[in-house]
Amino acid sequence: MSDQTLSGASSSDMPIRRANWFARLIYRSEAARGFALLSPTLVFMLVALLVPFMILVVMSLWTAVGFDFDTTLTTNNYQQAAERPIYGALLTRSLWISGIATVVTVVVCYPMAYYVAFHVHRNKMLWLVFMTLPFWTSYLLRVFAWKVVLGYEGVINSALMTIGLIETPLEFLLYSKEAVIITLAHAWAAFAILPMYVSLEKIDKSLLEAATDLGDGPVMRFLRITLPLSLPGVISASLLIFIPTTGDYITPALLGGPDGAMIGNLIQKQFGPINNWPMGAALSIILMLVIAVICVVFILLTNFVRRRIS
Amino acid sequence: MSSESYIRRPNRPLQVYAIVFLIVLYVPVLFIPLFSFNDSIYVRFPLEGFTVKWYVELFHREAVWNAFMNSVKVGAVVSVLSTALGIFGAKAITRYRFPGRGPLVGFIMLPLVVPLIIFGVALLVLFSQMGVPLSLYTVTIGHMIVCLPFSIATLLPRFEGFDPSLEEASADLGENAWWTFWRVTLPMVFPGVIASLMLCFTVSFDEFIMAFFLTGTQPTLPMYIWGQLRFPQEFPSVLALSSFIIAASFAIVFVGLWINRGAHVSTIKGD
Repeated sequence: MSDQTLSGASSSDMPIRRANWFARLIYRSEAARGFALLSPTLVFMLVALLVPFMILVVMSLWTAVGFDFDTTLTTNNYQQAAERPIYGALLTRSLWISGIATVVTVVVCYPMAYYVAFHVHRNKMLWLVFMTLPFWTSYLLRVFAWKVVLGYEGVINSALMTIGLIETPLEFLLYSKEAVIITLAHAWAAFAILPMYVSLEKIDKSLLEAATDLGDGPVMRFLRITLPLSLPGVISASLLIFIPTTGDYITPALLGGPDGAMIGNLIQKQFGPINNWPMGAALSIILMLVIAVICVVFILLTNFVRRRIS
Repeated sequence: MSSESYIRRPNRPLQVYAIVFLIVLYVPVLFIPLFSFNDSIYVRFPLEGFTVKWYVELFHREAVWNAFMNSVKVGAVVSVLSTALGIFGAKAITRYRFPGRGPLVGFIMLPLVVPLIIFGVALLVLFSQMGVPLSLYTVTIGHMIVCLPFSIATLLPRFEGFDPSLEEASADLGENAWWTFWRVTLPMVFPGVIASLMLCFTVSFDEFIMAFFLTGTQPTLPMYIWGQLRFPQEFPSVLALSSFIIAASFAIVFVGLWINRGAHVSTIKGD
């Protein structure tokens, strides 16, 4: 609240004779006012995000000794993570699964975003609300719904058996990589549409008219105008799905089984049953770093391609 | 006009695709309420018959009510605090230019993209090192991290969409900053505030992964469901409870998004 009253001194023309240096700073500098107003949010985020993360980094350099920690700093955990094949294998599988899920989601959602941006003229808002609605609601329950659908005696299997198409339930539906990919793609679809819709919506329609006037057919028009101009949306949609899904816990835990387990499950195990917190911390840091590296490479690559195209 | 007609010409295949897309988006979720009314403890076709006994049974369970109240308490506190911080943040971001604004906004928006499991374990480590016992308070802090970016993303377009000269006029006419805020700023961004409250409440009410790491002895509703998933005989009551949560969440979010319509488009930027 003090920020409010302080910046209040700035906008009213009350003379600030008795004011201290801080009030004068607020009065004079727009930047100081901005910082003052942002500070509650920023301080909270620093305390709740950055501080824990730094402690996580420190803890990843400790060693677990029974129920206690040996606080001498060592890179043992990272060495172990590099040496033991299980960690690398799980990490690669996580990246692979969420990579495929990302591609599937973007490819499936792009036409939808395109449709709403170009072909819906009335009730556009209603379409957007209906497409994004599931995203806001329980992730756990949407994943749970897929367990109901794909289960051994679930919707698909029992429906097929009732019709008489199959004799015994299809076992590959549940507890597989494919189940995880389908569920991830479905669960994040709403998130993918928005950025793509925004960049498609921004495209100047007169460019399309120009392309038509100059003799481009619908396909060329799409490839040469619409697709390149919507690429920023596609890129941010890809990142918005790829990054969070690599560390996903619920979906592989409920639907993955042993074949579909991901790095998130391993991290949870380190903090739960295995009770090796420093190792879990190290794995979290590794996950963050790998994601960051992949994103940077991806962004550089797309920038390069974009420059080559234009 | 004729040059525009080909853009406006309805594209049938795309229309069909859009409708199929919406159906596929919603149908898996709708199986939950469908089977919650099924008179069998097995979730399978053919349906056995209509019953509401799973709901009735749920109604008499004390553990469900406790978990429900825990979730409501956390959700209410989280939505109010996140929205309050979100209003400050969104106003600062839209009204003032200051160095490092872009990166700071990116930092605040981080929880939207970074896997929550990382922030969950990081907070867990912090609390355990500080000797703070896990409780609904720790869950609340975890949920605020999740909700703050949503609150700011909801409020930003509202602040961007109204003319700062209205605030200046109020100041010129002699209102101090506090009254300008109450009488000009807040009414202007009010739909965003309501939307932010409702969305944050739902996100917190439904949130699982933070609660998973930060819950002490009092479970939230998603944690309660998670615990019940292990028991096959509890499946129908889990379905009933889930149906209730899904219906409530959809209703709240729909109203929230609808109140805030018009400011919806530029929700997600950059990163």
